[in-house]
Amino acid sequence: MVGIHAFGGYVPRQRLQRNAAYAATGWFAPGLKGFAKGERAFCSWDEDAVTMAVEAARDCLAGRDRSAIARVVLASTSHPFADRQNSTIVKEALFLSDATAALDVSGSKRSATSALIDAFHAVAGGAGDTLCVAAERNVAKAGSEGEYNSGHGAASVVVSKGDGCAKLIGTHSVSIDFVDHFRKEGETFDYGWEARWVREEGYGKIVVSTIVAALEKLGIDAKKIDHFVLGSSMPKISEYVAQGSGIRPEAVADTLGGVLGDAGAAQPLILLSHILERATPGQLIMVVGFGGGCDVILLETTAAIVGAAHARGISGYLEDRAPVDNYVKYLAFSGLIDLDKGMRAELDQKPILTAQYRERKSVLGLVGGKCTQTGAVQFPKSPVSISREARAIHTQEDYPLAELPAKIVTFTADYLMFSPSPPAYYGNIEFDGGGRMLAEIVDVGEEGLEIGTQLRMVFRIKAIDDRRGFSQYFWKAVPERRLSTKS
Amino acid sequence: MASGIRDKVAILGMGCAKFGERWSDSAEDLAVEAFEEALADANIDVSQIGAAWLGVAFDTVNIGPSGIPLAMALRLPNMPVTKVENYCASGSEAFRGAVYAVASGAVDIALAFGVEKLKDTGYGGLPVRTRGTNWDMVGVVGSAPGHFAQLASAYRAKYGIEKDLLKRAIAHVSVKSHDNGAKNPKAHLRKRVTMDQVMNAPYIAEPLGLFDCCGVSDGAACAIVTTPEIARALGKSELVTVKALAVSTSNGWELQGSGWDGSYFLNTRVAAKAAYQEAGITNPREQLSLMEVHDCFSVTELVTMEDLGVSEDGGAIKDVLDGVFDADGKIPCQIDGGLKCFGHPIGASGLRMIYENYLQILGRAGERQRADEPVFGLSHNLGGMPNQNVSAVVIVGRDGA
Repeated sequence: MVGIHAFGGYVPRQRLQRNAAYAATGWFAPGLKGFAKGERAFCSWDEDAVTMAVEAARDCLAGRDRSAIARVVLASTSHPFADRQNSTIVKEALFLSDATAALDVSGSKRSATSALIDAFHAVAGGAGDTLCVAAERNVAKAGSEGEYNSGHGAASVVVSKGDGCAKLIGTHSVSIDFVDHFRKEGETFDYGWEARWVREEGYGKIVVSTIVAALEKLGIDAKKIDHFVLGSSMPKISEYVAQGSGIRPEAVADTLGGVLGDAGAAQPLILLSHILERATPGQLIMVVGFGGGCDVILLETTAAIVGAAHARGISGYLEDRAPVDNYVKYLAFSGLIDLDKGMRAELDQKPILTAQYRERKSVLGLVGGKCTQTGAVQFPKSPVSISREARAIHTQEDYPLAELPAKIVTFTADYLMFSPSPPAYYGNIEFDGGGRMLAEIVDVGEEGLEIGTQLRMVFRIKAIDDRRGFSQYFWKAVPERRLSTKS
Repeated sequence: MASGIRDKVAILGMGCAKFGERWSDSAEDLAVEAFEEALADANIDVSQIGAAWLGVAFDTVNIGPSGIPLAMALRLPNMPVTKVENYCASGSEAFRGAVYAVASGAVDIALAFGVEKLKDTGYGGLPVRTRGTNWDMVGVVGSAPGHFAQLASAYRAKYGIEKDLLKRAIAHVSVKSHDNGAKNPKAHLRKRVTMDQVMNAPYIAEPLGLFDCCGVSDGAACAIVTTPEIARALGKSELVTVKALAVSTSNGWELQGSGWDGSYFLNTRVAAKAAYQEAGITNPREQLSLMEVHDCFSVTELVTMEDLGVSEDGGAIKDVLDGVFDADGKIPCQIDGGLKCFGHPIGASGLRMIYENYLQILGRAGERQRADEPVFGLSHNLGGMPNQNVSAVVIVGRDGA
């Protein structure tokens, strides 16, 4: 048997208030007024599918031994790089062994369910524990329906041998070139077809028939499904499909449309992760992915589901929110408006690929050094230890810092330095157990910062080189916020 | 055992261009302006100079690499011209090179030069630049106000000081420097400002407002140095000699190690201690007549009072507000207006500080002249930022003092 042994997720902190979007664009598209309620998650300027994938994977792997992970699979239709293995960046950020396989999956909104099905098969075939991650930073045109209904987020599961907390019952897939929307290589926006056709021919026929076929194949009565997970940007579509498939209406999972939006390929895994947080043992969960065909996955929770939701999870990240009423800020963070950045932004951010490769543990993994002679911790590693006790040369062992809590030693709010999100907060920080660095601090709330403020590290975009089309990643700090739903 | 630099080298002449937004003048114009003044003061011919050191910090906009731009601007007869760069302490480094050359006996007369043409960037503040391949991947380039503003939060936390009290003290620092700068024809900013103006100015990096930051300007300053014997032989009777030259450079401890609380400059403390020892000063608060410190930001000047040992740790706010460092106070600080009013053409600043101490000790400071016949003048020239810096402390004084 194979199953899901761990799960986690990530939702960016910024939440666009949909009525604010309507206040700005309603004059142009008054017909969308019905969508102007609730909020949707969107990436800060320094987040993309890779950074969200890293956060979701860290959430999923919290407290787990990472050395067991043999494969990393990343599904998205918004991979930042068309040719640079995005899943390998995730692997480096997680400081997994170099002997880890990595695979990018893309091409449709069901790429995550297909990746998960593939992970089940691979693990069953002896491929080793697979970290399956899905992340999406989909960008819709300003004033479009997609702008209201889409959202950004990521989720991750660990697939391993054994039942885990949700064992695999079976899967079923069909592939049909039903083009409800498309986006050519290099294009930013989707082009979509009439919603009524998509609803009736796509969801009503293709999805329903695939679910019916799956249930028949697996010998399961639709009424037995406890949780029905279907990600879609179309309202009420889960209820519509459930009804057509004979699934009880009360089994339909919250699609998080009002608080997150539809995170494209990542949505089925986000919703699955969200359901696993609250599922009880012995429940049947159906996960459906739709796009160029349809995937159906059937899982059954086990006794191990109790207490499995130990990290922040989707719920925790949903709670940690910053409502954004400023529509232009949303446009700026989404790259949809070109604000005057000033001359200070002209500093060339050309990536130095040789140096980045040489220093990849420091840069992508936030791995420092611990002196075996003096115990001094430092970032980054260097030939001679920072210790004042002894002149120790070449004595440092790898010392991962990313998961360690830190606190502020000094800080500033800088209005002069160019930042896409001014002021730029940065300061000297110290990790629990030693080690200091000068770090950017992001996602600072209204409560501001103080010396001693507790921080945790997050993987983000450090700089964007527009001229050569490169995102330079590094780690930043965010204030640790206590959540009401988590200890 | 090294005997130190005390009284081995005398200043033969100094020059300082008018600092400011010199839109119509090139770096060469500024250099010649400062050099002609120094040459006339020294009363020598350019051919008598044996070697030159040029302090310049920025490469991308400015005069370009090497010592050649200085040799060309001044048409120095083919002599060694060495360009030095050590962040904002570059001017003091040029002075150190020239003084050491004379002290070693390698040359009789040497030139220390600093020039910087920064107003060709197209924007205010210091130019943005890379800090090296590795740093750019894992560090924060930041802005100068952003780095130095962190002193304030750290200092407040260390001594439990209310925001408003520190803000008032650093505002006093700026008001005092503007009062002084108003009297200096070579200063860039010559307007007095009020406490209200300073306190209510927009933030650049909290708690530093517009008036807590020094400006960026074009400027040049230089010194011609020789041995006291040659100076006397050339007809100088009253001599200003070099008492101490100390520099300390961060090795990463503040940034990467543990223990630094962010409220002080380790290197300034190290350099000051070494300088006092070299100069034979045992009680700086009583013995120093004048200080020109690196007031890139008001808060830098405030904590530097403690780092230099003229204020007790935690006592700088009281001293500042008591007027100890005002022009008519016990030890004037920035009696020429400081970086605050001169602006900071990097390579020139360290030499501009020495220039004021030199004028004051010789009684040539005009309207700004201290009546109490200054004996020792300290200049403090800081490069970098609180967690990674180069601190230079230079003490000049009356020969024989």
